[in-house]
Amino acid sequence: MCSLSRAVITEFVFLCLSPEALVINDPDFQHEDLNFLSRSQRYEQAIRKSSLMVMKLREYGIADPEEIYWFKRTCLGNFIEPFGLHFSMFHKTIETQTTDAQKKKWLPLVRGVKIIGTYAQTEMGHGTHLRGLETTATYDPATQEFILNSPTVTSIKWWPGGLGKTSNHAIVLAQLYTQGQCKGLHAFIVPIRQLGTHEPLPGITVGDIGPKFGYDEMDNGYLKMDNFRIPRENMLMKYAQVEPDGTYVKPVSDKLTYGTMVFIRSLIVGDSARSLSRACTIAIRYSAVRHQSELKPGAPEPQILDYQTQQYKLFPLLATAYAFHFVGAYIKDTYHRISGDIHDGDLSELPELHALTAGLKAFTSWTANAGIEECRMACGGHGYSRCSGIPDIYVTFTPSCTYEGENTVMMLQTARFLVKSYNQVSSGQRVTGMVSYLNDLSRQRIQPQHVAGRTEAVRINDPVSLVEAYKARAARLVEAAAKNLQAELNHRKSKEDAWNRTSVDLVRASEAHCHYVIVKLFTAKLSEISNAAVCAVLTELCLLYALYGISRNAGDFLQAGILTDTQITQVNQRVKELLAVIRPNAVALVDSFDFHDVHLGSVLGRYDGNVYENMFEWAKKSPLNKTEVRKPYLVGLNDLWRSFPTPTIL
Amino acid sequence: MALPDTTEDTQGFGLASVNPDLASERLTASFSVPRLTAVLDGGAERTRLRRAVVDVIESDPVFSRENQYFQSQNERYEAAVRKAVHVRKKMQEMGWSEDGPESVYVYRALSGDVAFLLHRVFMRSISVLGSDKQVAKWIPLASEYQLIGSYAQTELGHGTYLQGLETTAVFDISTQEFILNTPTISAMKWWPGDMGRSATHTVVFAQLYIQGKCYGVHPFIVQIRSLQDHSLCPGVIAGDIGPKMNFEHIDNGYLMLKNVRIPRENMLNKFCEVQPDGTYIRRGSQKINYFTMTSVRVSLISDEVILPLMKACTIAIRYSVVRRQSKLKPGEEEAKILDYQTQQEKLLPQLAAAYAFHFINNYLHELFNRGYREIQGRNFDSLPELHAFSSGFKAMVTQYCTSGLEICLRACGGHGYSLLSGLPSLYTKILASCIYEGENTILLLQTARFLIKCFRAASAGQSVPPSVTYLAAMKPGKCTAKDKLDFLSPDIYTEAYQHAAIRLISSTAAKLQDLIQSGVERHEAWNQCTVQLVQAAKAHCHYITVKNFVETVEKLENTAGIQNIMKHLCDLFALHGIFSNAGIFLHDGYITGAQMDMVTASYLDLLGIIRKDAVPLVDAFDFTDKNLNSALGSYDGQVYQRLYEWARKAPTNKQISPAYEKYLKPLLHNKLSKL
Repeated sequence: MCSLSRAVITEFVFLCLSPEALVINDPDFQHEDLNFLSRSQRYEQAIRKSSLMVMKLREYGIADPEEIYWFKRTCLGNFIEPFGLHFSMFHKTIETQTTDAQKKKWLPLVRGVKIIGTYAQTEMGHGTHLRGLETTATYDPATQEFILNSPTVTSIKWWPGGLGKTSNHAIVLAQLYTQGQCKGLHAFIVPIRQLGTHEPLPGITVGDIGPKFGYDEMDNGYLKMDNFRIPRENMLMKYAQVEPDGTYVKPVSDKLTYGTMVFIRSLIVGDSARSLSRACTIAIRYSAVRHQSELKPGAPEPQILDYQTQQYKLFPLLATAYAFHFVGAYIKDTYHRISGDIHDGDLSELPELHALTAGLKAFTSWTANAGIEECRMACGGHGYSRCSGIPDIYVTFTPSCTYEGENTVMMLQTARFLVKSYNQVSSGQRVTGMVSYLNDLSRQRIQPQHVAGRTEAVRINDPVSLVEAYKARAARLVEAAAKNLQAELNHRKSKEDAWNRTSVDLVRASEAHCHYVIVKLFTAKLSEISNAAVCAVLTELCLLYALYGISRNAGDFLQAGILTDTQITQVNQRVKELLAVIRPNAVALVDSFDFHDVHLGSVLGRYDGNVYENMFEWAKKSPLNKTEVRKPYLVGLNDLWRSFPTPTIL
Repeated sequence: MALPDTTEDTQGFGLASVNPDLASERLTASFSVPRLTAVLDGGAERTRLRRAVVDVIESDPVFSRENQYFQSQNERYEAAVRKAVHVRKKMQEMGWSEDGPESVYVYRALSGDVAFLLHRVFMRSISVLGSDKQVAKWIPLASEYQLIGSYAQTELGHGTYLQGLETTAVFDISTQEFILNTPTISAMKWWPGDMGRSATHTVVFAQLYIQGKCYGVHPFIVQIRSLQDHSLCPGVIAGDIGPKMNFEHIDNGYLMLKNVRIPRENMLNKFCEVQPDGTYIRRGSQKINYFTMTSVRVSLISDEVILPLMKACTIAIRYSVVRRQSKLKPGEEEAKILDYQTQQEKLLPQLAAAYAFHFINNYLHELFNRGYREIQGRNFDSLPELHAFSSGFKAMVTQYCTSGLEICLRACGGHGYSLLSGLPSLYTKILASCIYEGENTILLLQTARFLIKCFRAASAGQSVPPSVTYLAAMKPGKCTAKDKLDFLSPDIYTEAYQHAAIRLISSTAAKLQDLIQSGVERHEAWNQCTVQLVQAAKAHCHYITVKNFVETVEKLENTAGIQNIMKHLCDLFALHGIFSNAGIFLHDGYITGAQMDMVTASYLDLLGIIRKDAVPLVDAFDFTDKNLNSALGSYDGQVYQRLYEWARKAPTNKQISPAYEKYLKPLLHNKLSKL
């Protein structure tokens, strides 16, 4: 039935990883199904695996944070670990924000895991808006120490991973006070637990923030400091400094943090692609195994993947997973391409990339989040069982809509860049990069016939033409938002008020811009694929992605006159035709993601499709079936029965 | 917001007064909150009754949900059984009967965290499908809890499509028994609640065979566990199906039957009977088997779907006036996040939907009760409409409320992700409703089938049920709105919804006809149109909901500001629907591009207006703090203190983790070889 081999797509699209690196078969990493473990047990398993991993890292001599990230991803799949922030933020911050003297002292401890650290930024009452943080670090020249305090409930550090039980050090972000003045946020290395006993130090209150939606194995923690003193040398002093007498030395301007943010957001775009791919793999394989109802009277029950409604749920998501994969790769490549420039102090491309990644982070994580849920629901009742694996994918993925920048705030950052670019164009300047379509807006204004003219031009079977349609939609929504903003500004005095009253429009504009970028990147990718069969199937997916997006946002395309009613009807029709075209390749397309069964963690999504037998085997392992059944009964029911006459039936 | 003292006993610190950020919201209500609560309850008398019941339940420590978020699956199951037993005692003590007005409030006060819910479905199916003799035998036993019932329909490989079930019941004339079997692994009963560990009896749906001939799916009462020692009966294999996203308190189970024999009298035979000689007799409509499903569907919408959305709105909106983030104006205090338009646009449409669905649910119940009386009198005429209606609304309301609840969760940022916010468990529970009692897509297609049939009948001039008479009134006109205020006129937007529904139904009917005429087989033509059919069914349900909201608002008392604020919510619900489905309304030019801009403008204006009443509107739902069980959503708004206090109670903070001694210590001291 399938016209493509999975290996071909995997090879051409994903440039597959070498299986030797996998440690999934290593007996050290085996454990009972996590679904049957309590939170404490899951934490313990995670610590055990982290410790083993440290051993492997030492063995292979891997020390760079990015390399560690890839090692963990390829070797351990979606492994969540309490050491995560030690290897990423703690290590990276000490590496990039310390003086040479500090490096000499701390880096060997960090790299050798002689200490375990985390990164404590978020407070109970303060998240994305960093300037609002309340924790204070007051310099005392008499003892040459900083005195750290959590002055309010809302200032308690809250959420940092690994903080609750695991770490003995934390990088704490606090408002620096010296010589009676607040100098803004700075980072400090704070020891929190006694080495050797692991007891919290005097003045430190630290603990776990309790159960969450997911991340059972992570000890997200709280940290409260009461007049806790650390030496002056524990402030990270590469940029700003406090001299022994308390004199504050200002940092040189630092746009470099943009680079880190771009990098982290590019990882989230990649996570969006991967998480959605996993969910699609499970749902599509299961839909090929599950039979239900009848399509044709008298015929055997068909695979549910043969139902148009099921294809309509899953195939656009499959296309989306592929689209996001290419977007993630693009951002990562771009980041690596310009990181050399950044290092040399050329930051010209950074603002656009920064604005673009903010929006794409939000766009892809929102879409993937909803898509994972659709995959789960497409699996019917069994999707709801933990054995499907999708609940776990969802709860692990969904916080990415919030962390590293709340999505709505991200969309508004992108919008700020779009409006700025629009205003530049309006004032006669030209803009470059992904927003260069805004240059055309001024030209169009002198040609009132453009809408009708363009309508004829959209060819719904040509991805390049669809990119133009998305471009026109983005241009129209950016323009509408910018004009509404201007109208609000004319009405009111305050810039902030006007911005707030236009923010729904602004988010829509950003979404349209991101959508355009994704369709554009997907389309551009097609020309790079040399294998004809792979190129053909990816073209179908690309068309499906673009046309489905039009169908779902028909209002925008109709209202702007980019497409006519008739064309929208054709688009809807074409989407349904494409579903049937993709159907024979559906399983091959998810096989190409090349997830090992162990990484997939799903009974429904098994490569061999032996779903029902294995569900039964899995259920038999449930702890509820192991414990003595009658115990609660004797407590509850026998009391109940005692109060009634003896049963007389049967 | 002073720092609590750090002594171990933090019970009750700083929680005495209402957070001023929340208190100020209550001073400016444009309407009377108690009056609106009474409207929601169906009268002030019922509000009093509800509160009395809630008081009784919440003051009893057995029903406490204080530690729920810290409990394991086993602990929650045990608590649910304990509560089920205790609640029965309590109700007897209070003199409340199982079908009295109090019982529904009891269930709500428990937030559903109680065992033996399927016992009720067991009883209901016997009442509806059993003969008078069977009712007389089983119902007293069940209502006295001399047995625990369950309802075993779904199989491992078979769900909503009942005809596909594989379990068999073969009639043995010589012993006058049915022999029940699970012939394949996919035929194993899978999912039924209370069956994994608790139930002694269950209603099993199985294919009936008499003398080699299959008569289709029928219900049988089967004993699965001993009434003496609760061990499994011979030939029965049953157990728990393992962890799920939620419902840890319920022992959803599997069941395998191997030559299990039950007497002939155990087939529920009000509508079908097997006589001693094997003669099969049918009385009345076969469709009656669906009636249990329909009645369950109707009864779950309020408690399992609408109330959770109301709770989520309460939590998210209260938290959004306590949480401050960034600045709207330089130099000012950080702004309440509910003052951001984007936050309003997330939450307020969900609030409007909660009200819209509350009212449509009342309507659905009226319709159902009327239909039920007719069916009792063996008049099945209203069954198709009732079935189509309940299917479509179950699908629309569950889908809408599920995504609405998730929006509320994500609108609470990081803290929404903590179980202590209460939102994750509300979400994981509500989303099961999209699947159980009929998968939503299949239900919408059933509604669509009904609509297509009615549309054809109406086009041919035949009479159709009252809810779909509008299908005969296809008007070619255009929307007449001239400025944004026109879109606050219910006639304008109701007609737009009606137009969209008719257009989608008629164009799909035409497409179906075209395909069939061009030689495509009927079933294949149907499959090719299913995406459109689903869309048409949704448009119909959306239209009816808007229309019903409008009619409800018109009938409301015009005092205490109630009608006024409800009108705003109704407008918001309607315009939100047009704004988010613009393509449907723009498609044939019924609404023009310029008019769509007016819709958007009116819609965004409404957000600002309703913002002022947002907290009073959720206060009117009248949930107690215990019922919400949320660190973010309590009435006093002491969010951060409560979050801190609750987190410190987490067992992870009480016990010393063995992980340090076992793994961390050797790691830090570089003695990893010992691992």
